[in-house]
Amino acid sequence: MIPVLGLVLGVVLGLVVSPEVPLWLQPYLPIAVIAALDAVFGAARAALEGIFNDRVFVISFLSNVVVAALIVFLGNQLGVGAQLSTGVVVVLGLRIFSNVAAIRRHLLGA
Amino acid sequence: MAEQPREQPRRTWRPSLGTGRPQGPQPTTAQARRRLRALVGQLRPARGQLIAAALLALLGVALVAQVRSTDEVGLTQLRQSELVALLDDASARVDALQDEVRQLEDDKEQLQGQEGDEAAARAAQERLNSYSILAGTVPVEGPGISVYVNDPAGMMTQTMLLDAIQELRDAGAEAIQIGNQRVVASSYVGMDEDGAVTLDGTTLVPPYRIIAIGDSHTLAGAMAIPGGFSDSLRGAGGAVQVVESESLVVDALHEAAEPRYAQPVPPTTEP
Repeated sequence: MIPVLGLVLGVVLGLVVSPEVPLWLQPYLPIAVIAALDAVFGAARAALEGIFNDRVFVISFLSNVVVAALIVFLGNQLGVGAQLSTGVVVVLGLRIFSNVAAIRRHLLGA
Repeated sequence: MAEQPREQPRRTWRPSLGTGRPQGPQPTTAQARRRLRALVGQLRPARGQLIAAALLALLGVALVAQVRSTDEVGLTQLRQSELVALLDDASARVDALQDEVRQLEDDKEQLQGQEGDEAAARAAQERLNSYSILAGTVPVEGPGISVYVNDPAGMMTQTMLLDAIQELRDAGAEAIQIGNQRVVASSYVGMDEDGAVTLDGTTLVPPYRIIAIGDSHTLAGAMAIPGGFSDSLRGAGGAVQVVESESLVVDALHEAAEPRYAQPVPPTTEP
C-alpha cells in the first residue's frame, strides 16, 4: 500500500510542481520511465508470487533506468538513436505485457 | 514483505521472451489474492516498502514531467514524414500569408498615395493663401491697428512714410494698406511734381488711414517709437492717431503683374 501511496504522491507532486525537464535529460527520460514501469510491474508480479525482494527491486529499478539511458545514449552516439529507442520500447513493452498477463493469471486465474 | 522466498526445486533454464526475472513458483489464485490483500492492508512502514515508495514517487514525478514536456515539445517526437507534412503545411501557409502581405501593402501604398495627394493639395492651398496675402491679391482680416494720419500742410516726406512701412513690417505686420492702396513687396514710395508723397505712383491725399494686420500691441508699440514715424510727423505739424482693433479688414488689392524678366531657377536634383 505504501508504494502505491508513494506513486500517487509522486504524480501529485509532479502535477503541482510541474518540473521542467532539463534539456540533457530529454532524450533519456521517456525510455527511463518505460524501464522503471517495467521494473514496477515485475515487482508487482514477484509480490504476488511471494518472491518479492526489496533489494532486487531497487537494483532492477535502477539498473533498468541506467541501462535504458545508456542504450539511448549509445544509439544517439551511433546515429541510430531513434531505432534503438524503438527497440528498447518494444522489448520493455513486451516485458510489461507479459508481467501484466502473469498478474492477471495469478489474480483472476485466467 | 512478510513472506520469505520459499525453497524451490532448481529449475532448468528456459528461454523466456519478456521476463528476465526468475520465475517464481506459480501461486494459486487464492494465494495470489491473499498476498494482494496482505500487501494492500500492510501499512507498517517496512524498509522495503519505503524504498519502493520513494522509487515510485520518483517514477510518478518523471512520468508527469515527461507527459507534460511531450505535450509541450511535440516536434521532436514526430517522424520524418510527419515533419515533412508539417513543413509543407507551414510553407503553404507562409506563401499564402506573404501573398496577403503583398496585397495589403499594395493597398496601403495606394491609400497613402491618395492621402499624399490630399496632403499635397492642402499644403498647396496653404501656400497659395500665404502667397496671396503676401502679394496682396486677396482681402484679409484680423487684429491690428489703424493709424489715422492728417497732414494738411503736406509736411510728410518719403522717408517718413518709408519709416512707417518699415516700422510696421518690423513689428510683424502681415498686411498693410495705406489709403486705398495695398503695400506689397514691390511697393515704392515716390514724389509727384507738387512735392507730395506718392505710393506706387498714386499721390496720398491727407487725411488717410494706414491699416496694418498683425499683433496690435506690437504694432502700436512700433508706432510709438520716439523719433519714429508718429514722432517725426507730429514734430512736423501733422496729426497721428493710433487705434488698436480686434478685427480690421484690409480690402485694397494689388494687381500682381506677370514678371517679365525674373524666371524661377528650375529645381536641381542634386543639392
